[in-house]
Amino acid sequence: MKDYLPETASQTAGPYVHIGLAPDAAGFHIFEKNFGPTLVNSHTPGERIAIEGRVFDGSGTPVRDVLIEIWQANAEGRYNHVADRQEGKSLDADFRGWGRACSNFDTGVWRFDTIKPGQAVGRDGRMMAPHVNLWIVARGINIGLNTRMYFSDEQEANAIDPVLNLIEWEVRRQTLIGHKETRSGETVYHFDIYLQGEKETVFFDV
Amino acid sequence: MSTKWSPQEVIHRDYNNHPPAYAPGYKTSVLRSPRNALISLQNSLSEITGPVFSQQDIGPLDNDLILNYAKDGLPIGERIIVHGYVRDGFGRPLKNTLVEVWQANAGGRYRHKKDQYLAPIDPNFGGCGRVMTDENGYYFFRTIKPGPYPWRNQVSDWRPSHIHFSIFGEAFAQRLITQMYFEGDPLIKQCPIVQAINNDDAVRTLIAELDTHAAVPLDCLAYRFDLVLRGQRATLFENRTQGAAR
Repeated sequence: MKDYLPETASQTAGPYVHIGLAPDAAGFHIFEKNFGPTLVNSHTPGERIAIEGRVFDGSGTPVRDVLIEIWQANAEGRYNHVADRQEGKSLDADFRGWGRACSNFDTGVWRFDTIKPGQAVGRDGRMMAPHVNLWIVARGINIGLNTRMYFSDEQEANAIDPVLNLIEWEVRRQTLIGHKETRSGETVYHFDIYLQGEKETVFFDV
Repeated sequence: MSTKWSPQEVIHRDYNNHPPAYAPGYKTSVLRSPRNALISLQNSLSEITGPVFSQQDIGPLDNDLILNYAKDGLPIGERIIVHGYVRDGFGRPLKNTLVEVWQANAGGRYRHKKDQYLAPIDPNFGGCGRVMTDENGYYFFRTIKPGPYPWRNQVSDWRPSHIHFSIFGEAFAQRLITQMYFEGDPLIKQCPIVQAINNDDAVRTLIAELDTHAAVPLDCLAYRFDLVLRGQRATLFENRTQGAAR
């Protein structure tokens, strides 16, 4: 351990995180190319979905200055990264698999437009249920919170998912399920995140 | 990123180097911190992979905060270069990784619709930038030194001068946001956000040192700020992470 460099300490992203990571949301235009909440283009293979929700604090109040990033596999369950060498799954070079969204300053609602990910192999060769990784930062959050969203219409896969099954409190597993809704033909998974309290979402040390 | 990069698990996080989620001196953390323990995962493909960015994602002036929002002149304030290396815990350079920064202007005012501090906006300063590290993990950008500013915690609390940093690394598990402070700033010791870290060595990882050798004579000063993300290790005896490159 002697020669090991300690990780740089985390600090909160603060209330003005949008300036750096989403300047248009802060109220000014500066970069020609911006990162945003849309992961797909018209050619992306896969089922179009939206993921939408709010983040709540320990009093039940929506957190209106939160920034969320998601990381996910493509429709075949492959990550767009050199480390992923799963066999028989094609790569869509246009699908980065990552996006960034800000909550609305008034309503607290955030939303991603993406595709439903396929299943990727987990540890010990067990398949993981389709899921999206989320990373949440905001004022008052000293170190980014990691969680996962699973899909309510994947009950069979969820039942044998190696990560969901690590959570010994079965009641808490439900906090990671995004609920499928259909709104004028559009598929939306509703996923609210509770930072603290009775309905507290499961957060992972990854 | 090199196609030869070989995937390795990310070393577990040492929480002694970080502020706890619940840090009551920083009041907003009280209702925004989980009460349950985090559930620790062994890495899967989902954690050892992460988004890849390239120079095409950003613009040529993005790392020059002095010029990237200049409208009818230069911004007012101390001209500085901030530079350093991004490495992992084993000292390996993190190449071609995205570093994003944001900050207040010289008077401590943010260009953000929610900032109501009475210090004025600088019409020629935006306050954000981004840069890709090179083959050696090196990055640099040019900016104006930010001023301290007051905030509603205790009514007399002031943030030290700081620049916010966001770094990706190679794995989503390495994702980090932090703040860089300036050597010698007496507000560092009094700040509830800094002092949420209960470890002086860890606080020191956030303080950039004056680097006169990198200064440009008669033009701008320089600060050196190195960043370390979690190390990645080869798995020696157990099976490699399924589905990962050999």
